[in-house]
Amino acid sequence: MALLQIAEPGMSAAPHQHRLAVGIDLGTTNSLVATVRSALAVVLNDENGRSLLPSVVRYRADGVDVGCHAVHAQATDPQNTIVSVKRFMGRGLPDIADAAHMPYHFVDEPGMVQISTVAGVKSPVEISAEILKVLRQRAEKSLGGELVGAVITVPAYFDDAQRQATKDAARLAGINVLRLLNEPTAAAVAYGLDNGSEGVFAVFDLGGGTFDISILKLSRGVFEVLSTNGDSALGGDDFDHRIYCWILEQAGLSGLNHKDVRLLQSHARAAKEVLTEHEEAAITAVLSTGETVDLTLNTEVFASITKSLVSKTLAPTRKALRDAGLTVEEVKGVVMVGGSTRMPIIQHAVGEFFAQEPLNNLDPDKVVALGAAIQANVLAGNRSEDDWLLLDVIPLSLGLETMGGLVEKVVMRNSTIPVARAQEFTTYKDGQTAMSIHVVQGERELVSDCRSLAKFELRGIPPMVAGAARIRVTFQVDADGLLSVMAREQSTGVESSVTVKPSYGLSDEQITQMLQASHTHAKDDMLARALQEARVEGGRLIEAVEAALEEDAHLLKEGESDKIAARIDALHEAIKGDDHRLVTQALEALNHATESFAARRMDASVNKALTGQKLEELEN
Amino acid sequence: MLFDFSKNHFELFGLAPAFHVDVGRLDQAYREIQTLVHPDKFAHLGDQEKRLSMQWATHANEAYQTLKKPLSRARYLLHLHGVDTQEESNTAMPAEFLMAQMEWREAIMEAKEAQDISDMEQLHNRLRSEMREQHQELGRLLDEKADYQGASGLVRKLKFMEKLGEEIDTALEMMEA
Repeated sequence: MALLQIAEPGMSAAPHQHRLAVGIDLGTTNSLVATVRSALAVVLNDENGRSLLPSVVRYRADGVDVGCHAVHAQATDPQNTIVSVKRFMGRGLPDIADAAHMPYHFVDEPGMVQISTVAGVKSPVEISAEILKVLRQRAEKSLGGELVGAVITVPAYFDDAQRQATKDAARLAGINVLRLLNEPTAAAVAYGLDNGSEGVFAVFDLGGGTFDISILKLSRGVFEVLSTNGDSALGGDDFDHRIYCWILEQAGLSGLNHKDVRLLQSHARAAKEVLTEHEEAAITAVLSTGETVDLTLNTEVFASITKSLVSKTLAPTRKALRDAGLTVEEVKGVVMVGGSTRMPIIQHAVGEFFAQEPLNNLDPDKVVALGAAIQANVLAGNRSEDDWLLLDVIPLSLGLETMGGLVEKVVMRNSTIPVARAQEFTTYKDGQTAMSIHVVQGERELVSDCRSLAKFELRGIPPMVAGAARIRVTFQVDADGLLSVMAREQSTGVESSVTVKPSYGLSDEQITQMLQASHTHAKDDMLARALQEARVEGGRLIEAVEAALEEDAHLLKEGESDKIAARIDALHEAIKGDDHRLVTQALEALNHATESFAARRMDASVNKALTGQKLEELEN
Repeated sequence: MLFDFSKNHFELFGLAPAFHVDVGRLDQAYREIQTLVHPDKFAHLGDQEKRLSMQWATHANEAYQTLKKPLSRARYLLHLHGVDTQEESNTAMPAEFLMAQMEWREAIMEAKEAQDISDMEQLHNRLRSEMREQHQELGRLLDEKADYQGASGLVRKLKFMEKLGEEIDTALEMMEA
């Protein structure tokens, strides 16, 4: 029960117990896991002391390799070795620009593309879950216990489908998602808390496959995102690809097999990295045909072949500033995030645009994971001394299809979340009894130019003349940036609601099936885990309710106290047993019994805060 | 609903209901409320707390956004005074205003055709400063003269100007793309 933290911000429900929580940066190229240990955010290494886990998954007939082992198989087994899977999250086959050049056997499924491997057809969600599982195991081993939950970072410019896919992947990996956190915001937390900064900052985040720009206002413990923009299909990979194309052109190569493609791709990446420190990079390779490639790439040529990519980062940057209603001069600092910002051409372009040296004092590969860990620590209920607040936004407008394939925007981009907006629509034909609701995301006017998130139907509208029915459609975006939509006919109360999942997300049932398929003793494991989780949750609730009762007994109504006490006893009993469903039932019963008490406490605390404020004014 | 959502937005933030608000105080009150009710404070708790917190935080965001922007603040204030701004139904505008609108549109078209970003940016800035002047006038009508019908007419005009602003911004985006 939350409300005790309102009254006593310094106290957690169980002061002696540190809850294990981590931040996970699920990156296009590399992934990391970090945690807060003795008040310090640290990245957790694997047994070989490596912090970065390459986001590469190789499927074998009898198993899965993730990370370094999989990287080595890239050239030898390209079809079954998936790199940069993040680019496929929440995407259909037509969305993937260079699918034809990739070595995978894509399966065009409605919703999300799938990849056929030697171990069967895999969705990007399942592939990402493999990466997350390795990170979870690393964390649990290193911290010596089960995780309460994790903050998973996503590009700020990820749309609903991509966010939902990420959350599904975490669930599939057995991770309780405390929050989906935008990568630039996570970086700002790590940076801002470290430097005690105040003022307007831009976070320029160029990763392996995604680009984000966020404009934030930092002031006394509040991180307020003013605007965000980006490109969820632009990153270091594209710079590699330009070099790769240049190699083909210079060496006069074509019709390469997949192994040679992978070989040259890794040479392209290596050359890019060399150019970070040097003026020239030598590219020498022997292809499987015996042909040799021997080229030298210098910084000048690299700059000219990637010029358009660099300007693709600046256009969103301009838009973000305009959306924030700010000019370049008002930006106090530019924080660089993501491995790709190491490229001198990026450093230079950003420096020139903002007319100031970008800030590079935090490791661009780690800062997102560290910020996520700091936030995870707070969300898990391990209170730190100082408290801060993150106010984030949705990156893209949400709307509905109206007549003629046009989009009616309901929630505007850069709205602070959580946000809800309702809009009324009406029927256009006499006697119309059903209405189809098509939810889309994007800035364009035509439905066909936006991303389709979900379609559902509101049926049972009483027959009326055209324009007489009043259908109220409510959009609610939660703190993870995930949308749910509800439609209701006002005069009769006919309702239909949907958490936006059907097009791109997985149903709970599908997740359960996947979980079962992935465990050998699936059922026993799951039951044991469910019981364990329910017990922990139950214990926590009892502690919280008891603490709340102690503090705010005066807010109880007659008879409420006895009822709550009885339900606490019942929950204690259920926890002693071994049926997780009974625990959950007792837990819900207690939750229900305290519902109005909880609401009264929240009202009281908000009122108290405002009264305090009025007193301050009087004193001034 | 259990919460006291019956308070108007000004009361929620402890402000007097007027067009001129102390933005610093509004920001501070908003942040104080969010610090208490934001879902991040409830992430480790049960679904019920999470739901209550989301409702409250959503409500606080809605109230803050309404009061922060001058046009929506004026509209809300008029609504509290029982005046409907009739932005959808009442499209009658003084001829002078309509002429000015036509001129604006022509200027936007010209800048669009010439693909002139700096011209378009100038239009953007000029419109902003004109709107700021109108906001001053809105303050006089609402807070000093209590001329709600006059204010209502000005809200309708500003709505037009806001649409112009959106057009300019979209055009700028297209040019930069």
